[in-house]
Amino acid sequence: MIADSAQRLKLVAIWLLLLAVPLWLPMFGGYMALGTRVLVLGLAAMSLNFLLGFTGVLSFGHAAYFGLGAYGTGLALKLMTHSTPLALVCGVLLGGIAGALLGALIVRRRGVYFAMVTIAFGQVFYFIAFRWNSLTGGDDGLRGFERQPLDFGVWTADILHNPILFFYFVLALFALAVGAMGFLLRSPFGRTLLAIRENERRARFLGIPVELHIWLSFTLSCFFISLSGGLNALLNNFADPTMLNYTQSGEIVIMIVLGGMRSFWGPLVGAAVFVLLQDYLSSLTTNWMSFLGAIFVIMVLFFPRGVLGMNWLEAFRALQGFLRRRGSQDSGRLP
Amino acid sequence: MRERILPADNNKLLAHAGAFLDSGAMTDLILFNVTNGLIIGAFYVLMALGLSLILNLSGVINFAHGGFLALGGYIAYTIAPYVGFWAALLLSPILVALLGLAIERLMIYRMYGRDPLYSLLLTFGLAFIFEDLTRAIWGATGLPFSVPDYLSQPVSSKFFFITEYRLFMVAVVAVAVGGLFLFLRFSRLGVRNVRALRSFNFALGIFLAGLAGVLAGGQLSLEPTMGANLLMPSFVAIIVGGVGSLTGTLLGGLLIGVASGITTVFWPAASDAVIYVMMAVVLLLRPRGLLGEEGLLS
Repeated sequence: MIADSAQRLKLVAIWLLLLAVPLWLPMFGGYMALGTRVLVLGLAAMSLNFLLGFTGVLSFGHAAYFGLGAYGTGLALKLMTHSTPLALVCGVLLGGIAGALLGALIVRRRGVYFAMVTIAFGQVFYFIAFRWNSLTGGDDGLRGFERQPLDFGVWTADILHNPILFFYFVLALFALAVGAMGFLLRSPFGRTLLAIRENERRARFLGIPVELHIWLSFTLSCFFISLSGGLNALLNNFADPTMLNYTQSGEIVIMIVLGGMRSFWGPLVGAAVFVLLQDYLSSLTTNWMSFLGAIFVIMVLFFPRGVLGMNWLEAFRALQGFLRRRGSQDSGRLP
Repeated sequence: MRERILPADNNKLLAHAGAFLDSGAMTDLILFNVTNGLIIGAFYVLMALGLSLILNLSGVINFAHGGFLALGGYIAYTIAPYVGFWAALLLSPILVALLGLAIERLMIYRMYGRDPLYSLLLTFGLAFIFEDLTRAIWGATGLPFSVPDYLSQPVSSKFFFITEYRLFMVAVVAVAVGGLFLFLRFSRLGVRNVRALRSFNFALGIFLAGLAGVLAGGQLSLEPTMGANLLMPSFVAIIVGGVGSLTGTLLGGLLIGVASGITTVFWPAASDAVIYVMMAVVLLLRPRGLLGEEGLLS
């Protein structure tokens, strides 16, 4: 009961903090696009964590679906439609369906081999984006599209020129996706995924169709990450092949580990830390890749459970317990 | 930019082959590309065998393998003026293997038996550091690594594309692979000390990467990303050949090399992607890979 209300409090705090970003971000010298970028990559990390943290399956090739979402959205805007939402739908469908098809092929692999096969398949899409010059622009990336203002009939939201409006557009879709993930994880389906993560063999003995569940989880996470990829394309009005490369996958995985992979919100925190570090380091030194690599190494060697995400809840509970003890002492003292 | 060094080189050779192409014979063109494919496949094999050794014994996918490969090439480039080509060919891989041993002893051994996520991320970070440091020390632009003149002559005028260096490379790879198989078959490196065995095994894998780096340096120019470019095809070679089988890795490497060589003839733009299509087909029809042991891939 108390844990439940604490949970609710945390949720309210998180959403208030996110809604108020345009108010407090400039105070710390941040610019709006940085906040939007954190949100977009946070959604990517949370999408992958749906699979990694809550189903226990390691995909190291999710950048492919992230990138497919971006290219799908960009190409739709460039060639087909002037509707931003419709373009996003195209991107999500492209990435999600590709994920569903490939997922069916690899769902029987486990552990390190699953990772290896996902990386290798992810590279296919990288090569397609890289090589298909006439469609994708090849190495130079996909240009020539812009996110279009949203027309609500009575009012047009100019998300192209107003970065704050675009932030709220991204936040709305982020909320939709994260809400869906949270709903799924609370449902019996989500509980089954947790059971598979905890003990696959036992889940199998209980008659749970493990492969089907892993495939569903993989596919769902591909759909979610495609959405974040599409939003990324809209954010930059640009998509390039490195978005699909396995190095991008590695960056998304490290965001998850940074924030804590057992925590629902951890990946968002990890993405924030990662984006800020990257922004800061790349302005500071040309050798920021080494620093990034060093972060990976230090994380794995010394903070495998995440610097931030790991003990938030425990710390909160500890604080709560402390407060409650004090409270009871107080009440004991009072007549 | 990434991942296209070998195919680009392939195309360059194709362009150079103008006179040869005029003779028109399709079979010759295919022969030319099959030879190319075999040579590229030999690189895949050296790289993939090292990865496979480490994966099979320690369960670690070494993302930094390409970094070691590039380092092998660059160290050979640096020491060759002092010690000569032949000594560099041997010395550079040994130095790289020693570095690999140190890294294994310091960091990688902590990952054994843990969630594969961590070894992936650790070696991934190391790969970043390797590539960046290589670029900082030797520069981002390609460096030429010259081989002795007597190795760079064509074998015959008709088959001008088969230089002696290419034959030499294939021979070195064959010797290294043969030596490795004999060693694994007959050595009495027992299971008494698993810890030491894993360290030695890791260093052996890195030695192969370093050797591939020196050989590749003589064939292509040296670039910081040259190793990372070979990493993905090596994964594919391992998966196609079958995880757990070194013979499978050998077969897989040659097979995908030849496949991408032949694809270059008919559809150059797809020469990168074809190996992944092969992998998909293999996983669909024979999930454990061509020679893989049952159950190891799952």
